[in-house]
Amino acid sequence: MQFINETLSLAWGLILGFDSKVFEIVWLSLKVSLTSLILSCLFAIPLGIILGVYKFVGRNFVVLILNTLMGLPPVVVGLSVYLLLSRSGPMGWMNFLYTPYAMIIAQFILIFPIISSLTCQKVEELNSEYKDLFVSLRVKKTQQFLIFFLDSRFALLTIFLAGFGRAISEVGAVIIVGGNIDHVTRMMTTAIAMHTSQGDLSLAMALGIILLLIALTVNLLVFSLRLFVKRYGYD
Amino acid sequence: MFKILFSTFFIFSPLSSYAAEIIIQSTTSTKNSGFYDFIIPKVKKNLSLDVKVVAVGTGQAISNAKRCDGDVLLVHDIEAETAFVKEGYGLKRYDLMYNDFIFVGPNHDNLRLRNKMNTIDVLQTIYESKVIFLSRSDNSGTHNKEKKLWELAGLEPTKYSGQWYLETGLGMGATLNIAAGKNAYTITDRATWISFKNKSDLKILFDEDPRLFNQYGIILVNPERCPNVNIKDANRFLHWIISDEGKSTIGSFKIANQQLFFPSN
Repeated sequence: MQFINETLSLAWGLILGFDSKVFEIVWLSLKVSLTSLILSCLFAIPLGIILGVYKFVGRNFVVLILNTLMGLPPVVVGLSVYLLLSRSGPMGWMNFLYTPYAMIIAQFILIFPIISSLTCQKVEELNSEYKDLFVSLRVKKTQQFLIFFLDSRFALLTIFLAGFGRAISEVGAVIIVGGNIDHVTRMMTTAIAMHTSQGDLSLAMALGIILLLIALTVNLLVFSLRLFVKRYGYD
Repeated sequence: MFKILFSTFFIFSPLSSYAAEIIIQSTTSTKNSGFYDFIIPKVKKNLSLDVKVVAVGTGQAISNAKRCDGDVLLVHDIEAETAFVKEGYGLKRYDLMYNDFIFVGPNHDNLRLRNKMNTIDVLQTIYESKVIFLSRSDNSGTHNKEKKLWELAGLEPTKYSGQWYLETGLGMGATLNIAAGKNAYTITDRATWISFKNKSDLKILFDEDPRLFNQYGIILVNPERCPNVNIKDANRFLHWIISDEGKSTIGSFKIANQQLFFPSN
């Protein structure tokens, strides 16, 4: 009970006091996660739509691989990206290791399969529904593409949130490629891991609560966007 | 819309290319104790140099440095460090600072470790009574020290791995958390212990034996092997930290009025 009280008052104090250190790591977490998420969406959503609509040779294989990769262990991704970006690795010349860019790359790889697999599944459903309609109305391929994107927009919001959840909560990959360097690559999750290893459990838990509140805020924003769109008849 | 998002999210602090900065591959014991938080601003002030610290176990720090992912290596495993230099990965090795290792365990001290005369007695008692002892088993400086001590005592606890000798494979802090949860025995460096906040019922049961000496060394990564290292600034850092000024700075770092690291001569 004492631990819970201590944790809650600590979390409360950090939030109300606008603790600059906490603010810094929250901001970095958001920047990195949202950047990797947006980049992932840019590539993964079109891929998902293509996989959902077209039946080509090797298509099932790609879907199978993407589905498997949804369960990619973050540490494995972290290690691979580390070996890639290491100064003695193939992309060492970019000097990305231990920078936020390295963390974005790692998260991109983690989120990409989730976004593309889930998009593919949704579009597949829509496709079986619309197929005959498209044929009878002679809808062009490019228009079909747009229709699938627009009509799956609410599902895409949920998919977006699934990707965000994976990115913001991940620690195994970013701690390897980012290094948890103060003021440079320290994020919410790596800070929580660090404070836990320093035995400062109440501070670690307080940061955990703040992380949850951030996730709640993002979900709330998406949720109200959805309500807004529904109410004003764009649906 | 995307343009705005991109310009918002893509702007991070400027990339390293023009700022003077070095990366130190180091151990969790130095970082977790707050040593670098104390040293870094002073380096910034004196040398106008940004120091980035990656804190992992000594074994991992050395392997990262071998892959050229650091300019300076600051760890505590003299044999591994000497090998690192000998194999051509690093330049000269300097003794930087020291403290000591300690045995911690439940406060009731049923084994009466507090009365033991030396480390060998302590290990023998633990071995014979089969109380739960946690080993880092992560190839860190502390783990290698622990292995050497068992060897010195002529005992082979790894035979009992999973019974009373538990190999965590984790960092010092994580291992201490487990020790606190299980009320078990383990060996730790003093700096991590003093700054560790989840001590629960654990207490220092044995210390102050010359065998428990804990030496930290500092080595520059060899620029011939790793052309990317920032040898110029790494050199400036090295010469500052081993100078009298650097040493007195190390000595002035205290937590709860206890000095954590003692500069080597």
